[in-house]
Order: sequence, then structure tokens, then C-alpha cells
Amino acid sequence: MPPHENRVAFQTECTPPGHTHALHPTVTETHVITTTGLTKVYRSRGREVTALDGVDLHVREGEVYGVIGQSGAGKSSLIRCVNLLEKPTAGTVTVAGQDLTALSGRGPRAGRELRQARSRIGMVFQHFNLLSTRTVQDNVELPLEILGTSGKERSRKALELLDLVGLADKAKAYPAQLSGGQKQRVGIARALAGDPKVLLSDEATSALDPETTRSILQLLRDLNRQLGLTVLLITHEMDVVKNVCDSAALMENGRIVESGTVSELLATPGSELAAALFPVGGEATGDDRTVVDVTFHGEAATQPVISQLSRTYNIDISILGAAIDTVGGLQVGRMRIELPGRYEDNVVPIGFLREQGLQIDVLGQEPVLLKEGAK
Amino acid sequence: MTWSEMWALLEPECWNTLYMVGWSTLIAIVGGLPLGILLVLTDRGGLLQNVVANRVIGQIVNIARSMPFIILMVALMTFTRWVTGTTIGRDAAIVPLAVGAIPFFARLVETAVREVDGGLVEAVQSMGGNTWTIVRKVLVPEALPSLIASATTTVVALIGYSAMAGTVGAGGLGDLAIRYGYQRFESELMWVIVAILAVVISLIQFAGDYAARSLHGRGGRSGSAPKLRLLKAKEPATADVGKVA
Repeated sequence: MPPHENRVAFQTECTPPGHTHALHPTVTETHVITTTGLTKVYRSRGREVTALDGVDLHVREGEVYGVIGQSGAGKSSLIRCVNLLEKPTAGTVTVAGQDLTALSGRGPRAGRELRQARSRIGMVFQHFNLLSTRTVQDNVELPLEILGTSGKERSRKALELLDLVGLADKAKAYPAQLSGGQKQRVGIARALAGDPKVLLSDEATSALDPETTRSILQLLRDLNRQLGLTVLLITHEMDVVKNVCDSAALMENGRIVESGTVSELLATPGSELAAALFPVGGEATGDDRTVVDVTFHGEAATQPVISQLSRTYNIDISILGAAIDTVGGLQVGRMRIELPGRYEDNVVPIGFLREQGLQIDVLGQEPVLLKEGAK
Repeated sequence: MTWSEMWALLEPECWNTLYMVGWSTLIAIVGGLPLGILLVLTDRGGLLQNVVANRVIGQIVNIARSMPFIILMVALMTFTRWVTGTTIGRDAAIVPLAVGAIPFFARLVETAVREVDGGLVEAVQSMGGNTWTIVRKVLVPEALPSLIASATTTVVALIGYSAMAGTVGAGGLGDLAIRYGYQRFESELMWVIVAILAVVISLIQFAGDYAARSLHGRGGRSGSAPKLRLLKAKEPATADVGKVA
């Protein structure tokens, strides 16, 4: 991999690891992408497949919003419906205050108004989708050609954007001469050419190796902070959500089953997303044991709760697993502990832990449905 | 028959062949390119999806393709007279040659354009591009190496067809070979013509391949024809490819 692969456009803007605010100042309460009751049904040969089943999505201005799910969950259909590359069967899509579904008309082809609206929404793709017969610079100029920008202005803008993504020296190269990470940087520069408020990222890092993935995510995050760009990304990689997202939604079978800011999710008992974002391992050592996941964030993290618990109730606690990590810029600790006796015997100590302001998930108990090692 | 006698016969017929093939290729490209693109666009799931139009165009192309050239020439006589004012001579031969080559080239264009990655179309749609933009900026440029190869195949096929143009008095090398070589047992002349045709066709094929390749080498997608990159190793940027890939 060439050395500039790791170069990040705004080194100084990088968020230091472990900072405590999940939401940076660019996030406002205005919803910039809203979908209501979004439904997409594919019909082929009399069979119907429901890819989206009434999806309500609210992406606030200036945030990085991640939609995660397994393949076939409907993520791809969702992001394609946002700029109407796929026409939804029902429901509405509003981007930056403009109801795109109203612009789409009846026919299968996009009318002028919809095309204009699309030009203000950037999109990056898993397989980059760069034109192989054009140089890097000409690829970045393509959206500007469509917008009718003059030649001089086009090349000025393209070079500026290439500089922004750290590829100024590759302007005259062809895509075939670039690495995957470089191609995606070109894809990002191209997506930014129309000065979009919103960037859609369709599995932008899924074709990249882990290191390149990190550098691309860093770039997306920098652009989000620097330009106040709202990013909606879909991914099947939990690490992507963990590294860059302010908010996240989990999709299953065409529905959003969980959503919220990363800190809200972590504070939700039994949140599948939280468990997957921040897994702790460890199996119960016997049948007559109670396994409890304790999540610390904010104030609670400083209290010596485990030793207090041990002393107050005179019980022996074994720690099965523990980790501290930064999720969405928020420092979180999670510990899996084992108490002797069944759940019924431990109601009081668990109540004590809850009183300390900790988030407690008891494995195998209602309402907790923590899946072991959920992906 | 001496060489000078042969040459006196050959020279004008070479020009005749070139004239007929040149014009009919040009017309075939002008007519076949949009037709081939339309075949892709109107197909199910295409940008201008129109199943009826697609069927109609497809059927016309199939019928024209399945007709033996010599029959096509006769069948088109009325049309030829309407276009050129005559049914005899090399101008008259261009009409059926072009009409025969348009669907031939259109099918090849269709195949070439279908090869273009749908993701590129989607990318341009996401930028707000319309269908015409997609055709101009994506489909044609990205398919260009294949389109050049298709044009080469069409020229070669047209040289073959042009041998039959002699039946309407258009002349050409093929006609000469039939008249002298077959009907007058002048086999030397026939073999000379065969040799000339072989050389001409090889040259055309070589030129076409070279043009297609140099386009490929310039911007070939990753993974395509690594051999071709070696041809372009002089470019400084290409040196990176080995390290990166």
C-alpha cells in the first residue's frame, strides 16, 4: 500500500480518542433526511418480495447515521430509496425539506426536478463506480459537467476536492492505476462535487481492507465535521458504526428494529445493537449461577460498585469478561460478572446495582434478550 | 497473364472495394450504433424500458440478419433505386451492403453496451444525469474498446459481402476473383486476389485490435487484461500498479 493511503485530510480536526461527547457541535435537531412508512415491494413473476416494510428514519443535520443489518435486510433498498434510484412502493422521502417522492412523478424515469434534487445528494458506492476511460480529475468533474459548470470552474473545483481527499497528485491518473482506498477517495471527491448537504454511502468500505477502511471512515468523519455534511451510511460491519456513527439503526427483514443515538442505544436495556457494538464474552460456570452484564458510562464509571456489592451482600463475584472501549466517541465500560445462585436469589444485589445508576442486563431474564455474541 | 495485365485489372477494383466497404461501414456505424443502444435501453429493466419497441426492433434486426446477402440485394432493389436512382453500379451496391451491416453491427453494439457495469449508470443517475447523459458519458465511452472491435468485425464481414456486389455490376476485388478466377479459369489472378484480401483483412484486424487495446490500456478496469498494461509500461503512473494491486 502506498504511504499516502493513510494520509488524512484534516489531521488537526481529528477527534482525539476517548473524548466524552458523542454529539459534536455540528449536529442540530433539524431532520435533514426523513422517511415515513417507506415500503418497497419487488414483484417478479407473480411473486412479491417486501424489501422495506414501513421504514421511518430520521437523520439529523450534521450527524453520521449508520444503518446496519445483514445482507437481505433491506439496507441497500433503503439507501437507494433515499435518492429515489429505487422508487418506493409507498411512503415518503424528504431530503433537506424537499419531498422527493412528490417529485418522482408516475413514470419510471426521473424528471428534471428529481434529477436536480439528486445532484444535491452525494453518493458513494461499494465498488466505487468510477469511469475507467476518464482520468481521476475528469471523474470528479463529471457531476459538474451534468450541472453545466464551465470548464475552468470544473477543473478548479475538481482539483480542490482531490486535494481535500488527499489525492491531488493523482489527478491525471486513471482509476485502474489506483488502489481500492484511493478509488474510494476519488468516489468521495466526486460525490462532493455538487456541494451536497447529504452524503449517502452504500457500503463504501465493504470492498476495502481493515486499514484502508479506517482511513476512509476517518475521511468521512472529517468531512462531516469540517463541512457539516450529513452522512447516511449503510454497512454490515459493526466496526464502521463503532468508529464513525453518531446514531445508528438496526435493520431486520425490511424493518428498523432499533434506532437512536449511540449513547441512547448503549443505555437501552437489552439493546441488540449495543451488545453487538460492545460485546463482552464469558459463559456461566454452572447452572446455579446468574450472569449479569454491567455497562458503565458517564458518572457511574468512577464508582467502585463491584467491591461495594461484594461487601454489602457478602457474596463472591467472579468477573467473566470486561472491556473499556470508545463507541461513537463515547467511553464505555462493560463487564460480565457472575453471582452465585439463581436469579431469584440475586434480586436484591441486582437491585443494588441498578440503584447505582448502572445499566444491568441479566442474561436469560426478561426483558433482557441479549443474544450471546450477537453480530 | 502478366503482372502488368493483372495490375491493370486489380487497381480499379481495389478502389471499388474500398469505396463500397468504406461508405457502407460508415453508414452501418451511424445507423447501427443508436439501434444497438436502443436495444439495450428499451429492454426490460433498461432506462427507456419499452418491451413493445424492444420486440419490434429486435425482430427487424433478426429478420435482416437472417436474410442471405444476395437475396437482400435483390429484395432491396426498389429502395436502392429510390435512394441512388439506379440499381446497378457501386453506388447501388452500397445500399444493400449498409442495410445488411446495420443490424449486424447493432447486435454487436448491443452486446458491447450490455457489458458496461450497471453501477456506472447508477452513479451518473445519482448525480442527476439523464438518459442522454448516460449514453454519452458512460455507455459509449466505456464500451468504446468493444465498439471498435465490433466495427472491425463489421468491416471484415462487409469485405466478404462486397464480393457479391458484382452481381449488380459494382465490381470490386471479389467480383474480379469470380469473373476471372472462377469463370475464366485464371487461377493465378484469383490467388493474387485472395492474397490481397488476406493482407487487407489482417491489416484491418490488426489496426482495430491495436486501437481497442490502446484504449483499454489507458483506462482498462482493474483486472482486465494485465498483458495490455505491460504494453504501456512507459507511462510513469503505471509503475505504481504492480505495487498497489
